Amino acid sequence: MDAIRLVEAGQIKKDREGFGPGDTVRVLVKVVEGEKERTQLFEGIVIRRRGEGARASFTVRRISYGVGVERTFPLHSPRIERVEVVRRSRVRRSKLYYLRGLAGKAARLKEKRAVVIPTTTEDT
Amino acid sequence: MARKEGLIGRKVGMTQVFGDDGNHVPVTVIEAGPCTIVGIRTNDTHGYDALQLGFGAKKKNVSKPAAGLFKKVNVAPMRVIREIRLEKTEKLQGYQVGQSLTVAMFQPGELVDVVSVSKGKGFQGGVKRYGWYGGDATHGSMFHRAPGSIGASSDPSRVWPGHHLPGRMGGERRTVLNLSVVRVMAEQNLVLVRGAVPGASGSLVMIRKSVKLKKAQQKAAEKK
Repeated sequence: MDAIRLVEAGQIKKDREGFGPGDTVRVLVKVVEGEKERTQLFEGIVIRRRGEGARASFTVRRISYGVGVERTFPLHSPRIERVEVVRRSRVRRSKLYYLRGLAGKAARLKEKRAVVIPTTTEDT
Repeated sequence: MARKEGLIGRKVGMTQVFGDDGNHVPVTVIEAGPCTIVGIRTNDTHGYDALQLGFGAKKKNVSKPAAGLFKKVNVAPMRVIREIRLEKTEKLQGYQVGQSLTVAMFQPGELVDVVSVSKGKGFQGGVKRYGWYGGDATHGSMFHRAPGSIGASSDPSRVWPGHHLPGRMGGERRTVLNLSVVRVMAEQNLVLVRGAVPGASGSLVMIRKSVKLKKAQQKAAEKK
């Protein structure tokens, strides 16, 4: 392993995988307000994932009070408590920048149904 | 002049780590040492005080003169030899030839200086090389990035020495002072310093304890 990867290896959080562009996620962010620390929620569609190793980040887009809001998080940031996947959608590209130009019904994504692998019934 | 102990190393590259507050800290990874002391220069015998450090084992193509030198001090041949000047003869007393220095000499939070040869930029114009402003690109301007006047006419009938003109840029020995050590990975011989360091990845660097540290800074660094 080269030295850079070695340095980054200690930073990587293994629970931050398993979501990608098109997925609706709920990001729980720790926010420090004065003395207190609380958890803030940011829910929206992942429109981008970029970078690798500890430098990876992802961008979540949501419509808040009629205004499009995008927030980019470092994937392995210690400030992120966890990322929950709410819904998965079928998308055909890795960067969903085209959603920025769309609003309302046009900005919907088709949900990806989980492929249910039929359990092979054992012959009796 | 530099008068602090240090190490020879290689710049590995840059990355980022998360700080205590969760913010990114840009770091340069330096693989430093272990450096073997190949020789000790003392004021009495050589006229100056310095440690002669070797870095990186050399197995093949060791020239006969070099092999002889290493054999004399009973040290395995090294790829690089550099001298690091020290302040006083007394400072040399803790060191012996053949002794190995490692990154353990640095502590997180400590300030260090990094010396390296900057990336060569080739022949560059004055705008890039010296930060001239240049002229307007548009609005009928006919003066863009040219040097302009380089002095008076018949008196002095020459260009003053040292006048800024286009030419070779980069590839010079540069020292960055007071970079803070973010982390020391002693097992891997790695030091992470905050910020950028001159030179390309893989280039030879020297990392040493800060020489221009004020006492107040030193205290602050120790506190961290």
